[in-house]
Amino acid sequence: MSSFKAFEIAGSGMSAQSVRLNTTASNLANAESVSSTPEGVYKARHPIFEAVRAQLAVGAHAGEANANAAVRVRGIYESQAPANQRYEPGNPLADANGYVYAPAVNAVEEMVNMISASRSYQNNVEVMNTSKELLLATLRLGQG
Amino acid sequence: MANSLDQYLGVHAAALDVRARRTELIANNLANADTPNYKARDIDFRQAMARAAGAPATGGVHLSTTQAGHIGGATSADAATSPDLKYRTPLAPALDGNTVDTQLEQSAFAENAVRYQATLTFLNNKFRGLLTAIMGS
Repeated sequence: MSSFKAFEIAGSGMSAQSVRLNTTASNLANAESVSSTPEGVYKARHPIFEAVRAQLAVGAHAGEANANAAVRVRGIYESQAPANQRYEPGNPLADANGYVYAPAVNAVEEMVNMISASRSYQNNVEVMNTSKELLLATLRLGQG
Repeated sequence: MANSLDQYLGVHAAALDVRARRTELIANNLANADTPNYKARDIDFRQAMARAAGAPATGGVHLSTTQAGHIGGATSADAATSPDLKYRTPLAPALDGNTVDTQLEQSAFAENAVRYQATLTFLNNKFRGLLTAIMGS
């Protein structure tokens, strides 16, 4: 019996969700970072989550695979959506034809991602708090 | 003596163990709520208790050993054949293959936490009864 596993799992969830929050913040902050070439423009970043499949080595349930998986960020991919072309001849970054290129960041999508990530983060915090209470109650077992 | 203490505590010690495992599983489901292709899992409490009580597990795959040289293989095997670990049947699976229903997992987690505390109370009362018997007051 190792209730400490619940802490690791909830902790990995919190860490993964905070990576997601960070990429969202980065995408929103760079939403207006224009560039003079379509290649040099900022690309929206999104993390990909993956369940960690760990095998239990010891204990009564040795050999059970992925019973106690956690979550981790497998990687962060850059969106391949084409940059938005804008006609701004007054902009110092404009190319010969007067165009600047803005990143294809969808503000609505990013806001939804942010809310979803923060709710998931709160869920993990809740799991950690409840696990802590249960563990403390277990430690007090037999004391009255 | 240890054996008789186990007998005195009855089913509650094993129940606490199963409840703790279920806490981890549901924590895991909630942590993977946004992981593509993750399948939510839960414990079949009746089978887990039967296994904890030493009853032969129904279901699962076992290697039979009919010759002296045969290797039996682990009886609990991996998760795919572990009899008391089940996959949840999704009501509305997401497009990315994830079957975690956050609301359902949250309520299951809360229920499991309350039942864990109930088992703790049972155990506490058992210990108090034992202390009363020892002290005689």
